[in-house]
Amino acid sequence: MCFPAKVPFFNYDWKKEIWNIFFIVGVAIGGFVAVQFLGNDEPVKIAAETQQELRKQGVTSFGELLPADIFSWESLMTLRGFIFIVIGGFLVGFGTRWAGGCTSGHAIMGLSNLQLPSLIATISFMLGGFFMTWVILPFLLGL
Amino acid sequence: MSKETVEKAEFSENAMCVNESNINNSFWSNIKYLLVGVIFGITFVKAEIISWFRIQEMFRLTSFHMYGVIGTGVVIGMLSIQIIKRYKIKTIQGEPITIADKTFNKGQIYGGLIFGLGWAITGACPGPLFAQIGAGFGVIFITFLSATFGVWVYGYFRDKLPH
Repeated sequence: MCFPAKVPFFNYDWKKEIWNIFFIVGVAIGGFVAVQFLGNDEPVKIAAETQQELRKQGVTSFGELLPADIFSWESLMTLRGFIFIVIGGFLVGFGTRWAGGCTSGHAIMGLSNLQLPSLIATISFMLGGFFMTWVILPFLLGL
Repeated sequence: MSKETVEKAEFSENAMCVNESNINNSFWSNIKYLLVGVIFGITFVKAEIISWFRIQEMFRLTSFHMYGVIGTGVVIGMLSIQIIKRYKIKTIQGEPITIADKTFNKGQIYGGLIFGLGWAITGACPGPLFAQIGAGFGVIFITFLSATFGVWVYGYFRDKLPH
């Protein structure tokens, strides 16, 4: 099945870009290795204010890398879980493609290379994130 | 410019990094990218970059952590680029390194804002998603599929979106 094949944007030589796949598989392996063999069993030390705020807004699970009460297979079937897991992912994929890069491509590489478009993109990333965190997220966490 | 060149230029300009290398890698020579990925993945976990809570702290301005990580990344990146340019360092396969300038388009604002919204929800930008999966949050695979679908939707409607 290759349904994106007719979209011009996806007409590139994927075999030449296969290194991408190697890279992301490596990232997943790295995540596994770090947690399994290089862990220190201590929970991430979150700022107390943020922890309190999140608790008030409806997060119940602390101590892991992600709040397990939101990011789990069980919660995927709830409205809140669906928004965080599925809608969130869609916004990340759609947004980074439209912006032509993400935190790596624009914020780190682009800023390092003194690219004004990357500064504009980075500022947009941050504005979007601040708006979500301060305005929409309190409502979403309470769902 | 031929039609093909124009299309290629447009494609590489505001969309995707295009591999300009003329060397065709064998399957096994791609292992080096896997290894870099592994190092990247370990760093993501150990530096707590893939922590949803760290991203929350960043947007709530209650911790310097992520600003420190990104700031250090930029400084190291600047130094690396300067060294690469000054000493004309070549790739591992002996090809010259060229870093294309980025050109402005409105997608960087609209897309950037949309990514920002998603970033604060998922607590991850695209790279860390894979490390989260590896770190044991299997459900993030759904986030990854959804993000891939988002990319596809962008590709499909690309001509109709402002750039």
